Order: sequence, then structure tokens, then C-alpha cells
Amino acid sequence: MEKDPLLYGVLAEFDGEHELLEAGRRAYQHGYRQMDAYSPMPIPGMSAVIGFPKTRVPLVVLIGGLAGCFGGFLMQYWISVIEYPLNIGGRPLNSWPAFIPVTFEMTILCAALAAALGMLALNGLPRPHHPLFNAPNFAGVTRNKFFLCIEATDPKFERDQVRRFLVSLNPREVTDVEQ
Amino acid sequence: MSSNYNQERRGRPPEPGGGPGNAGGHTGPAHSGPVSAEVLAPGHTFATVTDKISSIVLTRRTPLHWLVGLGFALLLVMVLLTAITYLLAVGVGIWGVKIPVGWGLAIVNFVWWIGIGHAGTLISAILLLLRQQWRTSINRFAEAMTLFAVACAGMFPLLHMGRPWLGYWLLPYPNSMQVWPQFRSPLVWDVFAVSTYGTVSLIFWYVGLMPDVATLRDKAENKIAKVIYGIMAFGWRGSARHWHRYETAYLLLAGLATPLVVSVHTVVSFDFTIGLPAGWHTTIFPPYFVAGAIYSGFAMVLTLAIPIRAFYGLEDFITHKHLENAAKILLATGLIVTYGYAMEAFMAWYSGDKFEWYMTSWRATGGYRLQYWLLILCNVVSVQFLWFKRLRRNVPFLFLISFIINLGMWMERYVIVVTSLSRDFVPSAWRPYSATIWDYATFIGTIGFFFVCFFLFLRLLPMIAIFEMRELVAKAEGGKR
Repeated sequence: MEKDPLLYGVLAEFDGEHELLEAGRRAYQHGYRQMDAYSPMPIPGMSAVIGFPKTRVPLVVLIGGLAGCFGGFLMQYWISVIEYPLNIGGRPLNSWPAFIPVTFEMTILCAALAAALGMLALNGLPRPHHPLFNAPNFAGVTRNKFFLCIEATDPKFERDQVRRFLVSLNPREVTDVEQ
Repeated sequence: MSSNYNQERRGRPPEPGGGPGNAGGHTGPAHSGPVSAEVLAPGHTFATVTDKISSIVLTRRTPLHWLVGLGFALLLVMVLLTAITYLLAVGVGIWGVKIPVGWGLAIVNFVWWIGIGHAGTLISAILLLLRQQWRTSINRFAEAMTLFAVACAGMFPLLHMGRPWLGYWLLPYPNSMQVWPQFRSPLVWDVFAVSTYGTVSLIFWYVGLMPDVATLRDKAENKIAKVIYGIMAFGWRGSARHWHRYETAYLLLAGLATPLVVSVHTVVSFDFTIGLPAGWHTTIFPPYFVAGAIYSGFAMVLTLAIPIRAFYGLEDFITHKHLENAAKILLATGLIVTYGYAMEAFMAWYSGDKFEWYMTSWRATGGYRLQYWLLILCNVVSVQFLWFKRLRRNVPFLFLISFIINLGMWMERYVIVVTSLSRDFVPSAWRPYSATIWDYATFIGTIGFFFVCFFLFLRLLPMIAIFEMRELVAKAEGGKR
């Protein structure tokens, strides 16, 4: 059967986080990979269960922190030794102990910016519109509803099969999501 | 839509002697213990928690107490604007600063406000790393408190300059005069520390808000509100992959903010320690300042939390346990501050340094003895009442003592700044200092500014972290909605 290009995926609503966790586990075991779970708060272990165990956020933060550290120190070095040397209390021009506080603050600043911006960029946010917002009951995801969505881009996706599979997991409701 | 509590009692009965320290940081090994009912009243579901908090923001009827509070705060902001305008027009001479006391109320207020901000970061970041569940219902407004306190603090270093409009000269930027900041000075370190602190606090607060703003986006009925919250929420949809990255980033931000908090007030203390006057040039200042900051910050948290829970009916979320834990932290940091005072005095005597000893004895007996003994009364004596559990659980008493402690901490900064400068090494340079009406007007004005920001926050954004409260509900009730 040919795939419907206007279909984003099939969405199933569940009662609570335990049911969602179980559903995700079974969907993964069944072979689906292009899917995501949606919940009003983070569920420990959920992302690992659906096949997404590791994130690159820590690496981004490390890179940001190192950039801030070296950048901050080099800035102070260049200003104090090369560009605008001053004799302050007879200290050597490269008075590195005195440079530590600013270096430290720059490390934290750049790492924090990297954490926030990196997290947003990796998440693909801001993204104000997404096909899921078309689903009628999806607005409850920020209140008390839990969803699992198997996307049409999954290699094993076939609409009726996916619907039957999701119904077998005992959800509250199963709906199609248009693009 | 008013809140609809589910009156059916679900969940486990209260844990005997349960308290903080139950498991469940955001990432890492899952819940190893239930949530004590002392931290969240039983009977709540995801829906009731969400509705209660979001209804405060989304209500169409603005409460009268809010309007009254905002009105007073706006009056004080008018005072602030007058004071600042007069200052910029006429100059720093309208304040009481002269030689030898070149730093007066402006620096006292700067240190006071920054100190207050530290508790918000401690609650958000440090208590998260320590996996303390009692941080959940207080961290959002405490972070907001930090942000607005840092904004108030930042005004003073700018205003106290002779030419505040040239304040940008403190930053390292290529300029036609070919001059650059002098990086061995704590005043320059301060620029970086406070700017970083303000930025990181803003980032931390905003990242924490995103999922909750998404809740408001989805619940709002007013079209304009929906669009604005929608823009602010960045399209958050609660995806598990997103939550995973989010939790990782949040935990890392907490790990970064923790040393930042310690470093910022340490750098502020360096403003004094690098100087030579007796009473300033001491290595005890960094830990003493940081402990003092947490002390005054938690006092301000109580000053805010107690009216909030009363006026908005949030006793289920901000329970006696929260107030009592804050009181315990007040006691602990108050004792550290007391130790600081005692060590200062002891070392002044033990060192045999006549200038140090003169400073210590003059503070207690000289022209500023009123401020000094008031400071001892407020910071050292009054906090001893918190040894008694009955008083730690007495809400009006906690509210009163939070004011007393904040007053005492303001006195402490006043005594440190003014007495050491007023009488330093050479008696011919001794002069008294007294603040003018414009000094006090600016200070009172910043209090108004703080409360205007805070009241706007209470009205427009969720004052409690909704999604974190849902996590508490999940742990308490074993996953039932």
C-alpha cells in the first residue's frame, strides 16, 4: 500500500506514565524506531526505552566552557601584556593569578549559554508549528495527558498495521495526525 | 477557571518523620522513595496541580491585593526615578559620600541586593544537585527574586560613578582612546562576575519556565495571551527526546550555577579585601560574605513565600515543611555569620595589630555603635530563637524574623563599609559619614522596583514550577493521574 504523504503519524493517548513507558518499550521491541513519546513532565528512562539513550548536550557545554575559559584568559593576556600594559603594584604583566576570576566567570558564562542554546538547537526549537498540534486532544500534553506517536517516516510504517498495534497496547484513544 | 481539587484521598498516608533527601533528581536513577506528604499535601493530581497554578495567571479577574501591592510599589518606583534623575542632573554630591568615606549607601545597597539574590540560585541549583524535594514549590519565584535582586543591585555600581553614562567603559571593547580595563582589579572582576550572574540566572530561569509557559499557551483562552505564551514557549511539546536533552542541560546549568554563586559573592567581598583599611583586609570575608548572602537571601525568600502562600491559597504546595527548612538554613547560616563576627574580633585582638584592634573596639563603642549593636541583635541574637521547633513552625514569627534579618544584614554592610573608611590609619583623615535623603530615596526606590518586577511576574508567569510539581505528584501517587 502506498504511503499517504499527508500523514505525519499515528498518535495514541495513554492514561499515565507507566502505561506510556510500557507502550514505548513494546513499540521498540516491535521494531519501530521513528517514534516519540509526549508527556507533561519528564519520565525517567522514557527516552532510553524508545531508543534515544545519549545526548550531545554535555559535549556542547564542555566545548562552550573551554571556549570561554581560553577566550577569557587570552583576552586578558592580550590586553594586559600586549595591547595595554600597565605596571600595577609591580606585578608581572602576565599576572595570571589575578586573571583567574574573570577566566572563571567567562567559563561559566559561555558554558551556560552553550547549555541553553545547544539544548534548544539540538531540540530543533523554536518551532512554533508542528503537525502534532493539529491533533485534537494533543493540547493536554502540557497538563495531564501522555502520548506515543509512531511517525510515517519509520521504515516499518503502514497505517493500518500501526493502528492495530497501538490499539493492542490499550490506549485511551488512537488518532491519525495530518501534516 | 477556578481550581478544582479532587477531594478523594488518594496516595499513601503521610510518611512518619519523612522529610527531604528522598530520591529523585531530574536525571539519574529513578525514584527510590515516595514523596513525603509534608512537601506536597496529599490528594493532588497532575490536573489539579496544573490548574491551581496556571489559574492564578490565566484568571480574568486580577485580585485586589495584587493591585494594591503593585500600586505601592509603583509609588516607590516614582521615588526611584526622581532620585535617579536628580542624581544624573546634579551629580554624586547629592549623596553623603565625601572623603574619606568615598563609598556609602550605594555600595551597601549593591552588596545587600546581590546577597539577597544568592538564595534563589542556591535553592534552584544547589538543592537540585542535593536532590532535595522541598525545593520544588519555591524555586521558581526564588529564581525570579534573584533575577530582580541582581537587576536592582546592578543599578548601584552604575549610579555611583561620577559619570554613569560612561559606564560601558568598564567593558573590554576596542575604542578610539585605545584604553582597556585593568584586569587585576576586583572592580573589573565584579563587572564580569555580576554580569555573568545576571545572565546565567536569566538563562536558568527562562529554561525552567519553558515547559510551564507551554502549559499556559495551551490553556489560555485570550488570543493575545496564547500568541505571546506561544512565542515564549518556543514550540515546546513535551517530547521525550526533548525532555532528555532538557533535563541534561538543566542539571548542567545547576552544576554551573553552584560555583558561580559562591564565586560572585566572593568577588564582591574582594572589593573590600583587596583594600588596606582595617576591618576590610581580611581573608575571612569570602566565606563570611557568601554565608551572609545565603542568610539574607533566605530571609527574603520567607518574606515573599509567606504572603504568597496566604494570598494565593498555596498552602498545599508551600507547606510548613518548606518554611521550617528555610528557617533551619537561616539558623545554620546565621551561626556561620556569627562565627565570622567572632573570628574578626578575636583576630583583631590576637594579632596585636593596633589598627585592627582600634577598628573593632571603635565599632562597638564609637559613633556608629548603634548600628553595630543593632546588627548584633538582628543577626546573632534573633536567629537563636529558631533553635525552637515551635517557633520554626510559627508562620507570623518567621515573617517577622525575615524582616529583622534583612535589616540586620543591611546594617552589617553599612558597618563594614562606613566604619572602616570613616576612621582608618591617620587620625587627621577621620571624618564621620551620614547618608542623605537622596541616598535613602534611591534605596527605597529600588525596593519598589524589585516589587514591581515581582508583582508583574506573579501575575503573568507561573510562580511555581508546574512540571516539577507534576513530578512530585507522580512520585507521591505512584503514577495515577
